[in-house]
Amino acid sequence: MLLIRCPYCEEERPELEFRNAGEAHIARSANIDAESDDDFEKFFFIRANPKGVIYERWRHIHGCARFFNAVRDTVTDKFVMTYKAGEPKPAKLPGASK
Amino acid sequence: MNAAFRISGAGRLSQARTASFSFDDKSYTGIEGDTLASALLANGVHLVGRSFKYHRPRGFLSAGAEEPNALVQIVRDDARKTPNVRATVQELYEGLTANSQNRWPSLAFDVGAVNDIASPLFSAGFYYKTFMWPKSAWKNLYEPKIRAAAGLGVSPDKPDPDHYAARYAHCEVLVLGGGAAGIAAALAAAETGVRVILCDEQAEFGGSLRFESGARIDGETGYAWAQSAIAKLKAMDNVRVLSRATAFGYYAQNFVALVERVSDHLKSPGRELARERLWQVRAKRVVIATGAIERHMVFANNDRPGVMLASAARTYLNHYGVAVGRNVGVYTANDSAYAAAIDLKKAGVNIAAIVDLRDNPSGPVIDEARTLGIEINFGRAVVSAGGKLRVSSMTVQPKNGGGERTIPVDAILMSAGWTPSVHLFSQSRGKVAFNDETKRFVPGTYAQDCVSVGACNGTDGLAASVDEAYAAGAKAAKDAVGKDSSGKTGKGAKPKVDASESWSRGMLGAAPGAGPGTTIKAFVDFQNDVTAKDIRQAVHEGMHSIEHVKRFTTNGMATDQGKTSNMHGLAIAAETLGKPIPQVGLTTFRAPYTPVTFGSIVGHARGALFDPTRRTAIHPWAARQGAVFEDVGQWKRAWYFPKAGEDMHAAVDRECVTVRKVGGLFDASTLGKIEVVGPDAAKFMELLYTNPWEKLETGRCRYGIMLREDGFIYDDGVVGRLAPDRFHVTTTTGGAPRVMNHMEDYLQTEFPHLNVWLTSITEQWAVVAVQGPKSREIIAPLVEGIDMSDEAMPHMSVREGKICGVPTRLFRMSFTGERGFEVNVPADYGEAVWEALWAEGQKHGATAYGTEAMHVLRAEKGYIIVGQDTDGTVTPNDAGLDWAVGKKKTDFVGIRGLTRPDLVAKGRKQLVGLKTKDPKVVLEEGAQIVEDPKQPVPMKMIGHVTSSYWSENCGRSIALGLVAGGRDRMRQTLYVPMPNGMIEVEVTGMVFVDEKGERLNG
Repeated sequence: MLLIRCPYCEEERPELEFRNAGEAHIARSANIDAESDDDFEKFFFIRANPKGVIYERWRHIHGCARFFNAVRDTVTDKFVMTYKAGEPKPAKLPGASK
Repeated sequence: MNAAFRISGAGRLSQARTASFSFDDKSYTGIEGDTLASALLANGVHLVGRSFKYHRPRGFLSAGAEEPNALVQIVRDDARKTPNVRATVQELYEGLTANSQNRWPSLAFDVGAVNDIASPLFSAGFYYKTFMWPKSAWKNLYEPKIRAAAGLGVSPDKPDPDHYAARYAHCEVLVLGGGAAGIAAALAAAETGVRVILCDEQAEFGGSLRFESGARIDGETGYAWAQSAIAKLKAMDNVRVLSRATAFGYYAQNFVALVERVSDHLKSPGRELARERLWQVRAKRVVIATGAIERHMVFANNDRPGVMLASAARTYLNHYGVAVGRNVGVYTANDSAYAAAIDLKKAGVNIAAIVDLRDNPSGPVIDEARTLGIEINFGRAVVSAGGKLRVSSMTVQPKNGGGERTIPVDAILMSAGWTPSVHLFSQSRGKVAFNDETKRFVPGTYAQDCVSVGACNGTDGLAASVDEAYAAGAKAAKDAVGKDSSGKTGKGAKPKVDASESWSRGMLGAAPGAGPGTTIKAFVDFQNDVTAKDIRQAVHEGMHSIEHVKRFTTNGMATDQGKTSNMHGLAIAAETLGKPIPQVGLTTFRAPYTPVTFGSIVGHARGALFDPTRRTAIHPWAARQGAVFEDVGQWKRAWYFPKAGEDMHAAVDRECVTVRKVGGLFDASTLGKIEVVGPDAAKFMELLYTNPWEKLETGRCRYGIMLREDGFIYDDGVVGRLAPDRFHVTTTTGGAPRVMNHMEDYLQTEFPHLNVWLTSITEQWAVVAVQGPKSREIIAPLVEGIDMSDEAMPHMSVREGKICGVPTRLFRMSFTGERGFEVNVPADYGEAVWEALWAEGQKHGATAYGTEAMHVLRAEKGYIIVGQDTDGTVTPNDAGLDWAVGKKKTDFVGIRGLTRPDLVAKGRKQLVGLKTKDPKVVLEEGAQIVEDPKQPVPMKMIGHVTSSYWSENCGRSIALGLVAGGRDRMRQTLYVPMPNGMIEVEVTGMVFVDEKGERLNG
């Protein structure tokens, strides 16, 4: 069971308290109705499936109930860092070697 | 009193404390502290089982958890018949009853042993080849026969009466394995004051010190030192010592699962004791001290009862005081078997000969064996074991060929060397590295905060292991605490190893007697009956990766997970392929290390505690009325209320008719309810639902549809506006949590600028739906402060006031098509208000109705149920609900998805009504619909039935279905093919009762 640090509670809590909510940093267009089929496809259907660092959303559903973002390595499952929803994609990852 | 093979003066058990037990209905006497294996061996019993595939007679290979052969059934009573228990780990208790497995009619004469003679049919991959033809025979002949013949023990046929406990634990240092290394590591860590947990799978700590007679630490024998050290650790407040506790799974971030066998060793465990306890331990640092497992020699008939690992024979002698034979042969490629021969010789057992595959080994144990007068043969191999139910001889030959000599023996001890137990390290996702010099896989790259010490790390020698472990324990404690530690350092002294035994290397793969091309059975994997020949055959048939070889031969795939066989199998495959071992690869070790009961994993989460049961405030009333309940998610909902003599059909018919004629009360409390509050509440509703909300007046309601971003219906429900900034939203019963999650997701991440709060209020409000022509008359007398006239409170409105003196949110709405109300009251008053309404209702002849009548009544009106009439691929238009989509809106979740090409294409499945030509026939929900009944099978299916009921109000059956281009097919005849023929149906509109909707005000 993973330990996940909730950036709102500022605590590491067991995975049981959280729920994964898919890839992060996919913004819904403010003018979504005018989007082309291709753009809508990219927004709604296409997801990254990297071997390595992934940016994803989690929800501390059995805690503070907040959605937040996390950087995780899909090979080791290790969390690199977590940060609050709305904060930009971190430019530099702590301890990143690749 | 003494059993024949118990040696007085040997072993550590108190011979006075006997325990009687039975094996295959024969009684024996053992000693407390015995395992079933040692007790049987003390009585001279070696034959304990039949092998899985060939039904070959089998005895004990080991004295521990790695045992592949000696699997027995332990029977306590009808419900406690545990199959496949390793006799080598089952502790003896007074009255223990064990039976052998996989034999008929008896262990000594087993009909299934014909498989052994017919073995050419059953070579590697035989399943994939033999049972392919004819095709139909698989289902009717092969599979049933194989299933009947397969499997070892018999499962109990009653529910498990035992209970299982579970604990979570946290510590700075977790030490896995309580041998010399583990104890040394635990001592070092414990002395710094941090929390330490030390666990071992055995009943007593000590690991290999249980058999290593030559070890001395801190002036004591190795085993005595281990016991003193454990006593010292147990006395420390910061240390938890767990025996009989197997670390079986190593998960992410040093999360380790242990199973502690609490009472399987007790004669009559009381109900207050759990059978097992699951420990889920989160450790800052883990020290892996899991030791090494001895390998057998691969030669012909190496599976005969009496042929066993040298260390096992030593354990039986030095710990249990049991000699495994009277005239023992030894076959080795490694020094450690000499120590076994020496110990047995000193205990008075004749050693017929030591056969050593090595050419010119030397060392103190070899000298000592020679001094004791034991015959030693270098450069020779045991090419075959004689005997059937028990080994009777060993045939010896120079390893490069030559004259054979047969030596009579009653046991053969073997050692091909030691395999480091890297299982838990591998489970931690660490990568093993092959040491070409010592020919073994040892921990290489670490993935977690753990360290391997001692034999599992490839460290040879007791002194080196203890030194390494002590240092690692101290470092783990220091690292776990980090820089902020109080700086406490250990004040204990490092254990001093005064004397130890040394092991040299061994060999991997088949010995000469099992050389290439032979048809003999030289077993690599005993439990799955895999021979050296099978591995070679797999390679010859094209399996070049160890993963393929493993699956083709099943080598290492039995419940012992190849603890003794993996390295031999790998070496034989590598040799046959002509490749170095690391290039062929080692299979990945997975949890569990040894088999774990379902009980210990499930713990208390079974029966009533498996999942919470949710009951409404009105539930007790319904139960008193004799309602039949149905499960809807976690909820118990009243399904129907049968009167005396009524079956379900009669009760539902009566309920449906009474609601439309007079009125009915329905417990709608399970509906999901969410309060959407805030200055931007209306804006938020506009974005989450297809409907327009800004202009909805306070006090009015609207039926809302929620879509996913892809345009498909996600949920629906009636929403009331209580104030400009306050909406009372209802959801489907099953959809409440996911709707809340969906709303929170958008509010927190896409529309965080909106000033809105969401609160789940499902359980705050009990809801009584009062429906039917008399509904107003039933409610009005109890209500204060609300004008319920049609003018003041039209259909789809909501008022706040009081009912029976308690606050209510009173909705005028209908899921029946009749004039209707839903009375929301605080849940604590739910039952009382229901009782009051029920008393009023009875004056008019109203009924209580359940979910079945609710379903029929809504279907009569063509009201959909999300998840029944929709399936996640249905748009509002498909469901005939286009009117609920705000045409002028520029944004809502799903607006863009709705205009995708496929969602606006012609010919989509649309929801329509279906009437059977024969009004008495009720369609089956889920049945497929076709256009042309004469077309050949497989027919083209154009839709399916989603809802179907007998409608007593209509005097006929009614149904809803999704049909391609359905709304253009009005009055068309379609067909529903069923096993007993075609059913003709006519496509109709979705409303079967009161098409104009006049009864809403009737």
